[in-house]
Amino acid sequence: MIHVNEKFKVEWEEGMTVARLLERLRFSFPLIIVSIDGTLVPQDEYATRQVPEGAEVKVLHMTAGG
Amino acid sequence: MSATDIQAMKGAHKVLAEFAYEPGTVERGYAGRTLYVNLSDKAIASKPVTGQMKDIFIGGRGFGLRLLWDAVTPDTKWDDPENEIVISSGPLGGTTGYPGSGKSLVVGLSPLTDCVMDSNVGGYYGPLLKFAGWDAIEIQGKAKEDVIVFVDGDNGRVTIEEAPEEAVDTHLIGEQMADMYAEDDKAKRGVSTVSAGTGADHARFGCLNFSFYDARRGRVRYKQAGRGGLGTVFRDKKIKALVVKFSDMKGDLNKPADPKLLREVCRKVNDEMRRLDPIQNDMAGVGTSHLVSIMNDYDLLPTHNFKYGSHPEAHKISADVYRELYKPAGIPDGCWYGCTMACSKAIEGVTLRTGPYKGQVVGVDGPEYETIAGCGSSLGIFDPHWVAEINFYCDTYGLDTISYGTCMAFVMECYEAGILNTGITGGLELHFRNAEAALELMHRMARGEGFGQVFGQGIRRMKKIFAEEYGGDPQFLQDVGMESKGLEYSEYVTKESLAMQGGYGLTLKGPQHDEAWLIFMDQVNNQIPTFEDKAEALHYFPMWRTWFGLNGLCKIIWNDVIPEDNALTDEPAKVPEHVDNYVQYFRAVTGKDVTKEDLITMSERVYNFQRVFNIRMGYGRRANDAIPYRSAGPVTKEEYRSRAERYDKQLRELVGFDPQGKTVEEKMAALRAYREDQYEKLTDAVYKRRGWTPDGVPTLEKLRELGVDFPEVVEVVKPYLS
Repeated sequence: MIHVNEKFKVEWEEGMTVARLLERLRFSFPLIIVSIDGTLVPQDEYATRQVPEGAEVKVLHMTAGG
Repeated sequence: MSATDIQAMKGAHKVLAEFAYEPGTVERGYAGRTLYVNLSDKAIASKPVTGQMKDIFIGGRGFGLRLLWDAVTPDTKWDDPENEIVISSGPLGGTTGYPGSGKSLVVGLSPLTDCVMDSNVGGYYGPLLKFAGWDAIEIQGKAKEDVIVFVDGDNGRVTIEEAPEEAVDTHLIGEQMADMYAEDDKAKRGVSTVSAGTGADHARFGCLNFSFYDARRGRVRYKQAGRGGLGTVFRDKKIKALVVKFSDMKGDLNKPADPKLLREVCRKVNDEMRRLDPIQNDMAGVGTSHLVSIMNDYDLLPTHNFKYGSHPEAHKISADVYRELYKPAGIPDGCWYGCTMACSKAIEGVTLRTGPYKGQVVGVDGPEYETIAGCGSSLGIFDPHWVAEINFYCDTYGLDTISYGTCMAFVMECYEAGILNTGITGGLELHFRNAEAALELMHRMARGEGFGQVFGQGIRRMKKIFAEEYGGDPQFLQDVGMESKGLEYSEYVTKESLAMQGGYGLTLKGPQHDEAWLIFMDQVNNQIPTFEDKAEALHYFPMWRTWFGLNGLCKIIWNDVIPEDNALTDEPAKVPEHVDNYVQYFRAVTGKDVTKEDLITMSERVYNFQRVFNIRMGYGRRANDAIPYRSAGPVTKEEYRSRAERYDKQLRELVGFDPQGKTVEEKMAALRAYREDQYEKLTDAVYKRRGWTPDGVPTLEKLRELGVDFPEVVEVVKPYLS
């Protein structure tokens, strides 16, 4: 299980990347920042960086928009 | 129209009053005087801008509130002659180097809320008015016949003119005024018009259209002061148009105190805009339509009167579709000079399929996100062409697309619930998806006919009519009628964000997202989990956003593009680098040495003054900050069932209620009790953070701390503080 923002739980899957995690969550907003267990993930690595089972992930949407 | 026709139209004018003035100059962002026009006794006068006006009320919305307070009494109603339309930009308004600096703020008493309303709008009127010599225009009284108020900034002359021949609908009178007051097409950029439309004659949610001439498109375009029915007030005063002319437009007319600093901060923000907007929100490409698919993905896009937050057909009205419709593509679409955000997109060549202009080919200014959601998904309409036609008619009739859309969604739900039928609606089958019926009702409303007149009353009054005359269940109507304070909701589903429920309810004018938009911070990021966290956000962000309205600025520049390293800052949601830009910008223009904390204090003064103003008018207390339950949770069984897994989980984990074996009704009741209690606790926390009593009244200590403890202000709050 992957924990996101201390709020959402996502079933881990083999080879799961950041991009796949965001897709599962339907997090489509372009201005986001992702960290895995406290380590920032550059945006150009979302498609390749794998998310380990049990990871604590933060996905911050960078806006107070609207 | 031909030049001869325009001359004949102008020849029919009768000058009722004339006022000559020295054009003067702007210094450090201020013209130093405001213009008073009374349509009843035809008085026109100049008022000085005092030091207190600048120090406490800053400009824009602050000036509007101060002037309106002095104009009305606690007994004044929206359609009394004493009510005013006040328009003011602000000290930074009219700057051409910093994007988003052409806003006007409109203030008056609202026909929807019976209380103070403010509305923020682009277009050229406010800045040109300032360069014509006036920090604000204050229109009081009522004309006997339709009039135009013309401010000739080139020649220092103000006139009230009877104008019997001009159209009322905006897309016509806007062009007529440009043709009448500009010598040629090039000069049209120096003319701006404020107008409403025939719909505003019969609806309480009339809007004001502020024009600007788009030389690339070769037509007059419009931005809307949509919220709260100020277009209705405008037409009630029998105003066809306010026109300002100022031909000598230059980039330095605000006479900034520190031009070098201003150039530096402008260069920095424009460079960032050019580099980052294309790879972030692409506002210059698709405007705010980019939000449609995002809101749909996060279950925030209102569909079928806010029942749900997403729909399988949402892609049909998404940015990808509008990218193809916004033509010509790639041209700067700023609503003021120099705006590199350039998000005012438009569709050209739309052939109208209904109404008095059926068959005509028109340009449509928009649609923006709110219109797409309010007049599209919330009505179950997923056809961009129908949305464009609704957008066009709302604008030219002078109707707020948000209120129209949210009202129509309410009516459609009532129709499907059996409260309304074709006998009541004049034969219109007002079920969701029926775009033609929605437009036909709008046309009838604009003519003041039948059920159209009922519709034009807005949701709060429709609820009463539907209960008393059509036998509707008052509780159901209250729950699904998406209004608070009498103002219709703007277009975000808030069921899963308690903070945003407060962002809509714990507001001054009603549920408009310009005070706070906290959904991502709260619902998705989980950054503000406690009541105190949410209260802090519901203090800071409304104050921060208020500041734009004091200065003639657009909020979009602040956070719809963000620096590359924003994520690494301490408080990314505030976009600290951009806040610092605004500190520098304000210093550069006004010469005042301010800090970022000072900006918040400026807003807090005006915000609390406006809260007291609301109390003075008989509102502005806790009971007035209530929200409809659909804003907080599922009203109907089908709503609950559509997200049953989510709600059942919340019952188990948050409420301590085991949903196993319970009926939907029992589960809904438990969830409702919990969510309503959460809203009350949030209200307590927010009032405390803002320095208000549990009833929502600013304390004397808070008013003193802010320096707005004027005798007339203290007199209003004292009875509530014992």
